[in-house]
Amino acid sequence: MDQPAALSRDLIGRESEVILFEVERGAIRKFAEAIQDQTPECLRGDVAPPTFPTTFRMTIPGLTFDLARVLHGAQEYRYERPLRAGDRVHCKVRVADIYHRKGRLGEMTFLILAIEGTDDLGKPVFTGMTTAILR
Amino acid sequence: MIGPVLATRHDLASGSVLPDLRKSPITKLQLVKYAGASGDFNLIHTDDETARTVGLDGVIAHGMLSMAFLGEYLCWLAGPESIRRLSVRFNEMVRPGDTLTCRGRVKERTTGTAGSRLQLEVWAENQRAERVTVGDAEVQMT
Repeated sequence: MDQPAALSRDLIGRESEVILFEVERGAIRKFAEAIQDQTPECLRGDVAPPTFPTTFRMTIPGLTFDLARVLHGAQEYRYERPLRAGDRVHCKVRVADIYHRKGRLGEMTFLILAIEGTDDLGKPVFTGMTTAILR
Repeated sequence: MIGPVLATRHDLASGSVLPDLRKSPITKLQLVKYAGASGDFNLIHTDDETARTVGLDGVIAHGMLSMAFLGEYLCWLAGPESIRRLSVRFNEMVRPGDTLTCRGRVKERTTGTAGSRLQLEVWAENQRAERVTVGDAEVQMT
């Protein structure tokens, strides 16, 4: 078997630790430059582009797969407000669902990850939902 | 750019077509920069050899890059403070050399005490008019 075992549904509900991310002006600018975002507030590094939460990378214990075989199927973000330079965001990611489907590329595994970010006072800042397809 | 495009568009109603935002062609250098800036180091986006081992012709763009374009589109339309939600599906692969244009349409406009809330249909299409990344969004205009 050169294919790794399919992800077990036992992983549903498993969470990362809460990780603190500090939103740095330089990181915002670098991100805005990479996407060639012309929004003045983003180019100055004051306000983060809407998809900036993708930079908050976390691992979930026991959840491993071959990155090269992952397709990003869908992504959602909901915002209470934009992220700004100097923000401290406490983030956690959780396995919301895992299911298996037969598609045109053969057996595929759908992995749904839910992320949430709160401020120092515990107030929600954003949430995200990732659909990853493992083939 | 002088303020958000929609700030002065009080005529917007359901079905209104939004102005386009055309992006520069995607380059391999941009994918390397995006990998570094985003922390997505999946080599299928930056290394042709790795891309070929999983059956691709060569590197493909990060789906999140096209979503980022739509994020910029919303900032341009409504201003970064106004964005409440952006939700997308990645339908087609995007390759270096592709030119994406962000387009959109108003699905619904509701007016309340805090201003107007717009439900938008947004998508990024390539130079062959294929909708590569498709989604919807919600913005709050004060």
